[in-house]
Amino acid sequence: MSYAYYPGCSLKGSANPYEQSLLAVCERLGVGLDELDDWNCCGATAYWAVDQMKAFAMTVRNLALAEAAERGSVQVDLMAPCGGCYMMLLKSQRYLKEHQSVAGTVEDALEAAGLHYDGHVRVRHPLDVFVNDIGLERIADAVSRPLSGLKVASYYGCLLVRPYATFDDQHEPTSMDRLMAALGAEPIDWPLKTRCCGGSCCGGPLIGTIREAGLRLISDLLQEAKRRGADVLVTACPLCQFNLEFFQERAGREFGKPVELTVGFFTQILGLALGLDERSLGIQRMLRWQLPELAAAAVGGAHVHA
Amino acid sequence: MRKRTSSPWDESRRVKRQPLIDFGFAEDISAIPGGERLRDCIQCGTCSAVCPMSAYMDYTPRRLIAMTRAGMKDEVLGSFSIWVCASCYACTAACPKQIPITDMMYALKRTAIHEGVHPKRFATPVLAKEFVHSVDRWGRNTESRLAASLYLKTRPMLLLEDAPLGGRLRRRGRMGLRRESIRHRAQFKRMLQSVESGSRRAGAANGNADAGSEGTS
Repeated sequence: MSYAYYPGCSLKGSANPYEQSLLAVCERLGVGLDELDDWNCCGATAYWAVDQMKAFAMTVRNLALAEAAERGSVQVDLMAPCGGCYMMLLKSQRYLKEHQSVAGTVEDALEAAGLHYDGHVRVRHPLDVFVNDIGLERIADAVSRPLSGLKVASYYGCLLVRPYATFDDQHEPTSMDRLMAALGAEPIDWPLKTRCCGGSCCGGPLIGTIREAGLRLISDLLQEAKRRGADVLVTACPLCQFNLEFFQERAGREFGKPVELTVGFFTQILGLALGLDERSLGIQRMLRWQLPELAAAAVGGAHVHA
Repeated sequence: MRKRTSSPWDESRRVKRQPLIDFGFAEDISAIPGGERLRDCIQCGTCSAVCPMSAYMDYTPRRLIAMTRAGMKDEVLGSFSIWVCASCYACTAACPKQIPITDMMYALKRTAIHEGVHPKRFATPVLAKEFVHSVDRWGRNTESRLAASLYLKTRPMLLLEDAPLGGRLRRRGRMGLRRESIRHRAQFKRMLQSVESGSRRAGAANGNADAGSEGTS
């Protein structure tokens, strides 16, 4: 099993533990990742606020590169772990298909760059790949350190499942919860799975644009997860993770309700269950990491099949 | 409950006279791909209800749509709301009439930036411009550099407050200063220029009127 891999800017920056743990987990599960040569920025949300057509063109350049790298394949699966990139790539594909004006402009732009896109790329998020391609049974079989007793708040963030993703429900996604259950952990039931983390207000890895509002969203999320007994909040997006970790203390202070909660990438939690050591999952790079004592490595795995 | 600072009837608000209404505004905004659905809005308010930022907006998304359709261009472009929008797509996913509300917000932001009516030191438009500037040039964004320029251009004092946290990130190897860049920068530039000349031909269509003037300095 092998995928073209589009890391995006954040995984090469503040979210490098995400990339590190993703690569380690994929290696363990026998998933090959081929980093897309010369990939460029997806446009994030900021570019769309300035020039939509250019944003479409640059996003599709990545799809064209992926297609060119796998010439002759009927279909190329491109893995995009960042919630922002993933959504922007899906959005561009949708608009190419549905709007002639976008398709025409993008085609001309690619041609000017000596590129061409035929529409053979399928954009995939690693969560989708783990749950639907590898499958929960195989993952449960590979678990060597079941996470029994670990209470997990699965947090999907805003862009992972809406509005264009097809692998899960837009309003009540479950794939991450099912994955966590397969690892032996206990996903908590909570209503804020897809609520905005405020990353674009606190600015993710950036300075706050409307920090006061962002801190409120962060506080709401962390308080609710904590109130429902979560030991760790698990994300699948570099911006959510950064925001909820970096501004945690500040958000607690702002509203007079201090909250301490470990915020990790779902790949790190998966890696722990697969028996990988903390260093190879980038855990030493997290600002805060405190989990309850996990059971010693056991052979066989949890075999909790969802 | 907070005390109301003004009377329930805002005296600065006047009845719109015809000359103050821009009849082409709704048409410009609905020219974006999918924007024709703006006409379908039934003013149910689902967007405002699911929006996590409504509480911080001067006009909620539902009101912005109504005002846009009514041609209240100055009020819409001058509103705080369009910069408070976090682009989280909650409204788009929940809208019973499938209106791409987030895309409409983008179109409003583009128009405001193009017409120079955004607040000067407010970080969202500054972020957008700085981000575009870096991506146009290098093909990628370097987080640390973008953050630095944003601090300096919007809230330099906040830099002092955040410096210790930044230091912790740096020590943990999560904040590199090295510039991220693609190799084929000339090719990338040709591609963007093609979009620019294309949209000049097409005029202001698709809410893309600002293609030539932004982010290519």
